[in-house]
Amino acid sequence: MPLDAKTSNDKKAFKSVGTSPIRPDGIDKVTGRARFGADMSAPGMLVGRILRSPHAHAKIKSIDTSKAEALPGVKAVITSADLPKYKDADEDILINIMARDRALYDGHTVAAVAAIDAAVAKKALKLIKVDYEIMPHVTDVDLAMLPNAPLVHPGRYDGMAENEHLALALQEQGKAKSKRKSTNIVSRYDFGHGDVKKGFKQADVIVEHEFTTEATHQGYIEPHACLANVSSDGSGELWVCTQGHFMVRDVCAALLGMDVSSLRVTPSEIGGGFGGKTTVFIEPVALALSRKAGRPVKVVMSREEVFRATGPTASSSIKVRLGAKKDGRFVAAEAVLKYQGGAFPGSPVEMGAMTAFACYDLANVKIVGYDVVTNRPKQAAYRAPGAPMSAFAVEGCVGELAEKLGMDPIELRKKNAAVEGTKSSYGPTFGPIGLVETLDAAKKHKNYKAKLGKNQGRGVASGFWFNFGGNTCVNINLNVDGTLALAVGTPDIGGSRASMCLMAAEELGIPYDDVRAIVADTSSLGYNDVTDGSRVTFASGLATINAARDCAAKLCKRAAQIWDIPADAVKWENGAAHPAGANAGDFPPLSIKELAGQAHSTGGPIAGHYEVNADGAGPSFATHVVDVEVDPETGATKVLRYLVVQDAGKAVHRAYVEGQFQGGAVQGIGWVLNEEYIYGEDGRLQNAGFLDYRIPVCSDVPMIDTVIVEVPNPGHPYGVRGVGETSIVPPLAAVANAVSAAIGVRATTLPMSPPRILEALKSKSA
Amino acid sequence: MSNIHVTTTINGDETEYVCRPDESLLDVLRDRLGMSGTKEGCGTGDCGACSVTLDGRLVCSCLVMGAEVDGHKVETIEGMADGEDLHPLQQKFLEHAALQCGICTPGFLVAAQSLLERNLDPTETEVRYWLAGNLCRCTGYDKIVRAVLDTAKDMRKVAKKSSAKKTAKKGARHAA
Repeated sequence: MPLDAKTSNDKKAFKSVGTSPIRPDGIDKVTGRARFGADMSAPGMLVGRILRSPHAHAKIKSIDTSKAEALPGVKAVITSADLPKYKDADEDILINIMARDRALYDGHTVAAVAAIDAAVAKKALKLIKVDYEIMPHVTDVDLAMLPNAPLVHPGRYDGMAENEHLALALQEQGKAKSKRKSTNIVSRYDFGHGDVKKGFKQADVIVEHEFTTEATHQGYIEPHACLANVSSDGSGELWVCTQGHFMVRDVCAALLGMDVSSLRVTPSEIGGGFGGKTTVFIEPVALALSRKAGRPVKVVMSREEVFRATGPTASSSIKVRLGAKKDGRFVAAEAVLKYQGGAFPGSPVEMGAMTAFACYDLANVKIVGYDVVTNRPKQAAYRAPGAPMSAFAVEGCVGELAEKLGMDPIELRKKNAAVEGTKSSYGPTFGPIGLVETLDAAKKHKNYKAKLGKNQGRGVASGFWFNFGGNTCVNINLNVDGTLALAVGTPDIGGSRASMCLMAAEELGIPYDDVRAIVADTSSLGYNDVTDGSRVTFASGLATINAARDCAAKLCKRAAQIWDIPADAVKWENGAAHPAGANAGDFPPLSIKELAGQAHSTGGPIAGHYEVNADGAGPSFATHVVDVEVDPETGATKVLRYLVVQDAGKAVHRAYVEGQFQGGAVQGIGWVLNEEYIYGEDGRLQNAGFLDYRIPVCSDVPMIDTVIVEVPNPGHPYGVRGVGETSIVPPLAAVANAVSAAIGVRATTLPMSPPRILEALKSKSA
Repeated sequence: MSNIHVTTTINGDETEYVCRPDESLLDVLRDRLGMSGTKEGCGTGDCGACSVTLDGRLVCSCLVMGAEVDGHKVETIEGMADGEDLHPLQQKFLEHAALQCGICTPGFLVAAQSLLERNLDPTETEVRYWLAGNLCRCTGYDKIVRAVLDTAKDMRKVAKKSSAKKTAKKGARHAA
């Protein structure tokens, strides 16, 4: 997130970087050989299954597991009594993976069994008797904030700060002060600068709307899966699909009271995550079952469990007010964001608040965000967590302002766009950024000139994401034939091993095919943060480049030794050591293959390393343009054209950069048109399957056109910016603006499913 | 519940196994036969990750019972490449970067192969509707559709050449 410009982009002409070679893990993935979370087994393996609460909120009076334990073939049954009790930061995670005194949402784990096969495990679950006392529940964010709302955590937020949250919240909503001490509002965030009151007084036009979005799921196709194997000496191994195996190791060790060094976690291939695999759910349960049974235990979630009991994103309720002069210059912007993040604190409202107005240069801006708890599963990160919702609201208002002012929506955005030196709405001052470049490229694109027909509309929206660096450690081992084994610690979720190989090949001046990247397990490499925050190509890339430089320096030293000249008289170029100048002596270059072959007689193995807590991740901006057609008979929306323009800083593997743009756009299309968590009056999830929770299918979408803008990030040796998350920030707003243009009514409620659109059309004609 | 003995042909190999009457073909493939290339994304026939063909017909193996395939022919992703030689679809998926995480890829490949066996000249719309039963959350489908269309184009060229050769041979024979 830091925006300080420091290193220079010292590479201008690239050989490998910027091409699109075939990925190193490709053949395994097209032949079925790649091993994902559920594809591993172990001798003597048991099947683990989980019992989940059918109630949104209930006191667990007792759990009787005796009948299940007596069933032949059952080897272990666990409840919260089998896990340590902590009263620290890990407590929420511990209670989320296994309910203690109360079930806090439909799907909350209450017990688990390990049995010789799935049929026995299933039977055993039915034999566990849980005595519940049903309690009042709340699943809606606005209802959860009311003074008389059922409390998710009675008494937990009785402290001073919490009273302050409630008092401010009530005051801001114009209601009387409550006498009640406890609340479901667990945090309040405040960002901005200037004086919005004064700003709005200067405005010629003011646009104001209230928006709501529903919770959506990341929708990765691979359900969570792991294989745990705890030995009687207390040491354990875990095979798991995760975005961060070091995180899994540390959290599981803490929750189970193990030493970190006694747990080795190996990441499987991962079948999608989008943020949803950045925490633990079944992993500590599988380890606890294995520990109790003394045998390996495999736990694989069903799709229903994935929907009910993992971490969808927040639902939100947002109010935005935006004021401008007649010439389009924004003079004041204000937003109130309320996000519910399920049964525990941590909704992404803070990031929603920080990103809301980040695209614009504003003199007067104020954003307030509330983190609210409800009886829903604890949310997890979902691609640019918190940002798509606030962008939907803000960009909707920007779109309406363009209509009211009769201005081109791209020109209006350009007029107010953040540029290098702009003080962002969330605090820091931007370094070199590419928002204006994306707007220019979008305006030039043929899609922006395409003619629109009847019932069709065009929408534009821009978006921002911070991007992240974080703890990163990379090893490069030089093999005897001059090829490289590159070990990174960030699970490869969309082709990043190919990007790492490209950067190592670039730096050492060797062919791409001579580098082979793997994701190393937790005992083979130093700590790495989770694959999140669009950080991998930036941070693991930066570490790979520096590890390659370390490797090159060592190779130069070996050459110097062979030539009997000082090491600083040798330089590395085009895959070989060369004398640095005429004074160094006249030696023919020594290639990486020659030096590798002689390594054992010149001092032993050669390896490069780099460890860093990387900062300098440059933010990435995007502009999306979409054309839709709305069928007035059915209310169905068809996406006709879609354009993503985004700043990649420097695209390392162009095809996979395009892939990130396209994938984010289509996830966004699902969010805005179809997807939603539907809760019944009873607080239970009603659509826990892909049939009723409908993600976009192939026939729903057109080709997704892309333009890669490259404004180099000064914080990365090659100028790389993360690209994974920004692509989901604009689509909600872009599609909503297009639908609004097509039907002539401002769309403020997501998803814009056919019944909602018909309703809007009806209200228009009425 | 006693197990059922099944004899079937999988990827051309005669295969025998026993399974429970309530066990899906998907579970048999993955858990009994160790063929984990076929993936489970939902278990309810909604995602297509478990696509296989049964006597040449595209099916979700999670919706077929293991006992049902007795005496029939099953083709899975493991049978798609010919030894070291990838099927043209597999090669094009790699070249077009038509996969990101890769969990849906085996299902898409089996489904796309099934399409091209029936129609070697599909339109983009035909490809999109044929593949509408396979969910991909990473790619937005763009590069998958391009890879399938590109494969079809190449395979048509090959088919044309080989039929031209056949015609030429026939002609030569007639002339003789």
